[in-house]
Amino acid sequence: MIDFVVAPLEYGFMVRALIGSVLVGVMCPLVGAYVVTRNLAFLGDALAHAVLPGMVLGFMAGINPTIAAVPTGVAVAALVRTVSRRAGLSTDTSIGILFAAMFALGLVMLATAATIRIDMEDLLLGQILAMSPTGIYISLGITALVILGLFTLHHWLLFTSFDPVGSQIFNRRSNLMDYALLVMLALVIVIGIQAAGVILVMAMLVTPAATAYLLVRRFVPMMMAAAVMGAAAAVTGLYISYHFNLPAGPAMTLVASGIFVLVASFRRRAHA
Amino acid sequence: MSTDPNPHGASLSIQDVAVEFDGHMALRDVTFEVDAGTLMGVVGPNGAGKSTLFNAIAGLLPVRRGKVTLHRVDQKSGELAYVPQQESVNWRFPVTATDVVMMGRCCRQGWFRRPGKKDRELVNACLGRVGLWDHRAALMTELSGGQRQRVFVARALAQEASVLLLDEAFSGVDVGAQEDLVEVLQTLRDEGRIVLLATHDLTNLAGRFDQVLCLNRHVCACGPPDQVFTSEVMEKLYGAHGVRLTMDGAGSKTT
Repeated sequence: MIDFVVAPLEYGFMVRALIGSVLVGVMCPLVGAYVVTRNLAFLGDALAHAVLPGMVLGFMAGINPTIAAVPTGVAVAALVRTVSRRAGLSTDTSIGILFAAMFALGLVMLATAATIRIDMEDLLLGQILAMSPTGIYISLGITALVILGLFTLHHWLLFTSFDPVGSQIFNRRSNLMDYALLVMLALVIVIGIQAAGVILVMAMLVTPAATAYLLVRRFVPMMMAAAVMGAAAAVTGLYISYHFNLPAGPAMTLVASGIFVLVASFRRRAHA
Repeated sequence: MSTDPNPHGASLSIQDVAVEFDGHMALRDVTFEVDAGTLMGVVGPNGAGKSTLFNAIAGLLPVRRGKVTLHRVDQKSGELAYVPQQESVNWRFPVTATDVVMMGRCCRQGWFRRPGKKDRELVNACLGRVGLWDHRAALMTELSGGQRQRVFVARALAQEASVLLLDEAFSGVDVGAQEDLVEVLQTLRDEGRIVLLATHDLTNLAGRFDQVLCLNRHVCACGPPDQVFTSEVMEKLYGAHGVRLTMDGAGSKTT
């Protein structure tokens, strides 16, 4: 058993992958708690796809694609609200338009940039075993930033999430909190993509938080429970992938989904 | 107790106000005044512009014509409090009664404030005042309609508001709980606050209000309940159905 855990850590790439997994497993569910309770899952999925052009641009310019994805994610997040406001469309519709357009743009850029070779599968399914030291530093930086944001803005985030109209009457600029949350969402998605890829980052964002929602009554304990389950799923998934020679992203996703299924079948809902 | 703010002395003056909402004039020619220490019911059918009026007072909707004046109310520091309609609240969000009241405390001073011991004491005191001390740890979804409204009133107390706007405060609240809520509001009124409560039906409790504003896109009547609830006003307000309302219910209670 000890060998199962320790042996893989002789390799530098596994140590980096382990650190990366813990960061993803903690950060995505922390913000994911808001995603689940505010019905933002579709937005999260869309953001994950919409950073593709930024990442491709990063590859083309020789910048770390994760760094390039950060401004793209933040810009798309801000754009969603602006488009739905300006055009008078529902948020869902604006997300649909932006998400497809940005992903298509990324694919076209990939096709035209024949000089660079990017493995589509890595992008879509994640490549945590290939995480560079730079990737780890970026993830650590983002983690610090998001934790600071979640902590300092906590009460305003609660207020705007629970009572959007009341919070706006309280402070006309409370909608800034929605932007702040979207930015944090974009940031953790960027970390998540490295581990789980564009498609499966949803599993880290939504599944542990949804599991926690079933188990725990209050919001802050729900965030904590989600982070613990997310980290457990990510690390377990990583080890399973190492020992059984499976792709890491799908392994983490299946562990997280397994925990959800177990909890959902054995536990009555914590919320009426 | 520390929840008691200074004598409020706030007053509200609405002069010839017109407000546009969703592309049409939702309110026009609205004029009335409310002095400190007034409990006012704002009645009218659905779509009469009650929420629009509240949004205009709170400054969320621009006033097309006329003027809304809040004397001695510092909106920036949360002296104007709002109790939301049930359907505008995200009930999926798991917060307790204490969490909700704390929002009023923490969000009052800046974006980054964390609660201290004083804030927690004040929040507890506010929950006690609305009679929900025993329910302080309950999730909002576990409370009845009337209890939820009282939590929001406690939040208004925690933010030391001198003006309270309660939108559709009686929907989903049974008659007994409506009375409890009005009782709490009366004590706030006695301390000099302005309390405006919007509802589409004030049949049973009209007599408990100091003033009633009958609103149907414009002011049909405004004054003490016994002067306002006449069959003529009711017809203006609800059409022919309103006359029957007065004779069956409000009329007998308020004349």
